[in-house]
Amino acid sequence: MNDMRIVERDVETKKVKIAAKNVQVYYGTTHAIKDVSVEIEDKTVTAFIGPSGCGKSTFLRCINRMNDTIDICRVTGDIRIDGYDIYDPKVDPVQLRAKVGMVFQKPNPFPKSIYDNVAYGPRIHGLAKNKADLDDIVEKSLRRGAIWDEVKDRLQSPGTGLSGGQQQRLCIARAVATEPEVLLMDEPCSALDPIATAQVEELIDELRTNYSVVIVTHSMQQAARVSQKTAFFHLGNLVEYGETGTIFTNPVDPRTESYITGRIG
Amino acid sequence: MTDASMSPDSAAPKSGLATIDARTRKRNAAEKRFRLYGMAAIGVGLLFLVFLFTSILRSGLPAFTQTVLNIEFVLTSEQFDTAESKMMKTGEYQNIFVAALQDQLEASGLEVAFDSKSIERIVGKPGGTIRRFFLENPDRIGTPVSFELAASSRVDGYFNGRVTRDTIVDSRFLMAADLDLVDALHDAGIIHGAFNWNFITGTDSGVDNPGGAGLGASVIGSFFMMLVVLFLSLPIGVAASIYLEEFAPKNRWTDLIEVNISNLAAVPSIVFGILGLAVFIQFAGMPQSAPLVGGLVLTLMTLPTIIISTRASLAAVPPSIRDAALGVGASKMQSVFHHVLPLAMPGILTGTIIGLAQALGETAPLLLIGMVGFVAREYPEGFVSGFTDANSAMPAQIYTWASRADPGFYEKAWGGIIILLLFLITMNAIAVVLRRRFERRW
Repeated sequence: MNDMRIVERDVETKKVKIAAKNVQVYYGTTHAIKDVSVEIEDKTVTAFIGPSGCGKSTFLRCINRMNDTIDICRVTGDIRIDGYDIYDPKVDPVQLRAKVGMVFQKPNPFPKSIYDNVAYGPRIHGLAKNKADLDDIVEKSLRRGAIWDEVKDRLQSPGTGLSGGQQQRLCIARAVATEPEVLLMDEPCSALDPIATAQVEELIDELRTNYSVVIVTHSMQQAARVSQKTAFFHLGNLVEYGETGTIFTNPVDPRTESYITGRIG
Repeated sequence: MTDASMSPDSAAPKSGLATIDARTRKRNAAEKRFRLYGMAAIGVGLLFLVFLFTSILRSGLPAFTQTVLNIEFVLTSEQFDTAESKMMKTGEYQNIFVAALQDQLEASGLEVAFDSKSIERIVGKPGGTIRRFFLENPDRIGTPVSFELAASSRVDGYFNGRVTRDTIVDSRFLMAADLDLVDALHDAGIIHGAFNWNFITGTDSGVDNPGGAGLGASVIGSFFMMLVVLFLSLPIGVAASIYLEEFAPKNRWTDLIEVNISNLAAVPSIVFGILGLAVFIQFAGMPQSAPLVGGLVLTLMTLPTIIISTRASLAAVPPSIRDAALGVGASKMQSVFHHVLPLAMPGILTGTIIGLAQALGETAPLLLIGMVGFVAREYPEGFVSGFTDANSAMPAQIYTWASRADPGFYEKAWGGIIILLLFLITMNAIAVVLRRRFERRW
């Protein structure tokens, strides 16, 4: 976490977790995502970078169908997780979202106790057989969220009373409590100070061992620090996608180069 | 008012921070002026409020007191037998009563000549009451029994200052001369003011007896109406708002429904009354003047209020909470019922109570379904008949009293307003408390 250095990545090929092909997203008449095709690997951190309004968050929200909640939003194309088309009419978005967890830009804990925040997902999905089981899940999730030691003595106090960084880690704990396979993070550190950011980034790196993590970020340093793969979006197009090291040191597209060197965006 | 744009020339001379330039001075003056306007507006509002409350209290408080004539005397068994053998039984009892009164006055050393007729003008005909008491309690014959008899509304008015010797018109109701007797009785402690429990617990009396009129039956009528309103408009209103706000697709139809709900909130209440008359009474054949029908009409009237306030409080729940719930795989309904609704609850409850309070004070629709004309002389017999039996309601009762000829009823109407206001203030206080209690921050 100490510098801008791009660490040596293991570049062995992994299983493709999410495969998107020719995805188009329209907000009313606005064409927000133009023909994006991307293959996201399992047990990898993939970063989406790009200037504001380039569609990276929109594309992220397509992966767990959160865009369904926006009336005017229309998605076409093909997104597959483990080979299953998630936009198949037979797929229930609720079930999908249990498999594809999401962490939002602004920490948004429920106005309930810390315990209930984490226990909510397992409860509604029936993941715990009894109270002891649920306690285990809550503890395990809070440990994975790297916040257990800070809150273990006050699990019944409200989650909204935590600091911003703690809240975001609580939200991550909440997201992993349902045992998702993919974790989507929409600028998870934008509301956090550098120390909390470092904690969350460390956490993301740990989560990689279990999940496929997709992170949208405005900070190129962050993308360089945490991700193995990087996708650069510009004006709704996926401009370049590849190994993070390659994107940052040897980009193919001139637009990528201008963006990472700070000339556009 | 203040001007946002800076003119270039005024910025030219640089002055020290301590000197206030003309522009700043103007701005400060404008602000000060605006504050004064605001305070003046609040002052005027408060003044009206104070005026309203003092006038209501001054006119209405006398309704809570009742001048009573208190007298204790012994009825011997011979007197009882004599009276029962007479043709005019109650008249005989009245004579006994008058004699007892005479004795008491003489005992107090007050000499006022009076006859049976003036007693009748002061307390009505007490013979019937006395006879009924002794017929029901024959064991009390021969023991001292104290009677408390309500004085007529004019005597009441005399003590309230409504009736004076100057304003009194000699009539068969009260002569100026009778007031001397009243004064004497008052000095003897026989006539005095007492708290009028009958006004709160009693039922409505006929048009000629304002002293006996009570609001109790119409309070019960209002209560049953509010039950109907609460148990219909809360579930319907909340369900409709949740559907419209959270589930309904945003299209031309929902827009149309939205606009019409807002329009309904502005429809004059008498229109709802006409609707109730036509639909519930004439078409559906429900009983007239029944709290059930009143409640249904008021439900129609309250629904838009509840829907609008519920939708506003649902919309005020931050979308991030919905996202959070959906993000962990909650269904739409789970996200609404587990997270959005609890957060919106204080707003919903406040809206409902305010809607109920509005319905409680509504008179115009009740006018048309026959609650105003009805003289509520009796309490409903049971829970079901509380809904279906003809009854009055508080505002309808007040309206009825206000339109009766006897000035005694005027006082009762104001007194009724005090009770109605007490209910409304209590309900609004509950709304405030609930809001404070359930308000959660996020």
